[in-house]
Amino acid sequence: MSRILRIVQLAMKSLLLHKLRSGLTMLGIVFGVFSVIAMLAIGEGASAQAEKQVLELGATNVIAVSIKPPVESSSGGASRQSRVLAYGLKRTDIELVENLDTVTSIVPIRELPEEARHGRNRLNVRIVGSTAGYLPLNRLKLRSGTFVTEQHNERYENVCVLAENVALELFGFEDPIGKSITLGIHAFEVVGVVETRVASAAVGGSLSGQDFRNDVYVPIETFWLRIGDTVVQRATGSFSVEEVEVSQITLSVVDEKSVVPTAEAVRETLQETHRRQRDYDVVVPLELLEQAKQIRTIFNVVLGSIAAISLVVGGIGIMNIMLATVTERTREIGIRRALGAKQSDVTSQFLTETIVLSGTGGVIGILLGLATPLAFGLVQWFVRTQFLEGAAVGGEMASMFTEMTPRIAWWSLPLAFGFSVAIGVVFGIYPARAAARLDPIEALRHE
Amino acid sequence: MRLAAELVDLVKDYDLGTFVVHALRGVTLRFPAGDYVAIMGTSGSGKSTLLNLLGALDRPSGGTYVLGGEDVSTLDDDELSRIRNQMIGFVFQSYNLIAQYTVLENIEVPLLYRPGHPPITSADRERCAEVARRVGLGERLDHRPFQLSGGQQQRVAIARALVNDPEILLADEPTGNLDSATEQEILALFDELNGEGRTIVMVTHEPEVARRAKRQIYMRDGVVAGEGVFPG
Repeated sequence: MSRILRIVQLAMKSLLLHKLRSGLTMLGIVFGVFSVIAMLAIGEGASAQAEKQVLELGATNVIAVSIKPPVESSSGGASRQSRVLAYGLKRTDIELVENLDTVTSIVPIRELPEEARHGRNRLNVRIVGSTAGYLPLNRLKLRSGTFVTEQHNERYENVCVLAENVALELFGFEDPIGKSITLGIHAFEVVGVVETRVASAAVGGSLSGQDFRNDVYVPIETFWLRIGDTVVQRATGSFSVEEVEVSQITLSVVDEKSVVPTAEAVRETLQETHRRQRDYDVVVPLELLEQAKQIRTIFNVVLGSIAAISLVVGGIGIMNIMLATVTERTREIGIRRALGAKQSDVTSQFLTETIVLSGTGGVIGILLGLATPLAFGLVQWFVRTQFLEGAAVGGEMASMFTEMTPRIAWWSLPLAFGFSVAIGVVFGIYPARAAARLDPIEALRHE
Repeated sequence: MRLAAELVDLVKDYDLGTFVVHALRGVTLRFPAGDYVAIMGTSGSGKSTLLNLLGALDRPSGGTYVLGGEDVSTLDDDELSRIRNQMIGFVFQSYNLIAQYTVLENIEVPLLYRPGHPPITSADRERCAEVARRVGLGERLDHRPFQLSGGQQQRVAIARALVNDPEILLADEPTGNLDSATEQEILALFDELNGEGRTIVMVTHEPEVARRAKRQIYMRDGVVAGEGVFPG
């Protein structure tokens, strides 16, 4: 032990003899280790964010959504005529999937963009027809009044609940509860207001991102009765009519291990009733989570490898300097050999110097790496203030970047340190062997 | 009389590919313990080759070299390192101190490479300081080589050569870089050491220096051309 200490001490002495050179050589490793830790922290942060978004969809949920089937372009003249395109989940589907054993609760949704009016104020909103279960499912919080209740649904009442933003736009600072608003051609009484919730971003492209800010919630039975299933869309020169009964059904399942079998059962059930066209999709957040975890692994490997390249470059720098050092210190090697140093003594001396160099670089790199969240925060701040100023939403990529916080993967610290030491060994062994193999007589004669 | 070193018909050839250089063509020499020998000769006479072989820096192509009772002519590299460490003390013309080390640390270097690598104890340090005092360096143990005069540096080198109590002291032109006053001091030190029983083999081309030794050996064309007291 004391011998190792002594060798390290001697190595330090030789390295401190050329402080600038040793420092610059070490810098390669410092940045290599730093970038490994930083890259992995950013990778972890990004995937943690993705996982959080998936979890917001509910890990024990199975979601069936209606999707518009592609319109056959062959029917050329048809676009000028009125044409009813019926697709999506049916009311009957709700009952079918509700009866599955593992399903504990079910929340159907029918949604439609519409204009909401109150007096002179107008706002484009999203009408969401649903049941009482919608509130806890989407982790919405009531600000005042009540949410849509079962009673509302049973009695087909013309009531609605506003998102905070809608209430503000339509009523200003007036209390909207008890007042009425017009949605399309129907009047609804406001019974409650829900708090604004941050939008959940889309995951894996399977579910579109949800923005809860401009929502108006109504009982789904009322929706079906008053607004109906038919949606007329007017476009320049033509119009199309769509018929959708249910936009989305969210099923809550007993526990996580029943999620996949339940999803399978839902798929089979729906396949039976939708033989004509595939106008729905079944999304399993848990599967997305698995995907996200896989992506995270790939992400980490790719980022880590890129960072590892810089570590290898640092290693090459060390090797380069050590080879120069060996040439420069040939005389010293000759002296040591004449005084009784074995080849292995010379090898271990130079190897120790490289390892001390790369190890110290590794420690400094780790310290820098620990400051990654801080540095990343500065970059985020800079990007926000310089490039995204004014633009409320800078697109998905931008929000992904600005909302993400790097998370230091603690396992990456010993990994990066071990890697830097290994780099020292790998790139130090050749110069050290070269030093040891010098002929002592030649080395002593070296000027 | 006990022999410190004995060379029997020592041959050294250098194979340069196109031809072979016969650097030593059969040298037989005996160095009794306590001997003080000067080896002289022109360049190319083989005296450097002889010194390298005596110093166990190289292996002979033929013949035997017995040092302190041990045949070292066929040892492997690690064994030769042990021999250099334990049985030989080198003193070079250009001192060959390690620049980043202090006087004391330079004297300690041979202790770093002792067989089995025992740790350096305070007793070892005391011995280093004692050897330094012996060669007249008492006050300057924490100086670096560049802070010392040539004569002082050579004293450090001599102390370093003595620290492992070697069988023979090999000096290669030890006064070649020194002015005549310092040369006399160093030669006086050698006389003292020889007086204490040290075996010294010194290579030199200066007759004045060689005359201080007990014996002179003249080398020419790889063989011993003559022996005796100069100019004998």
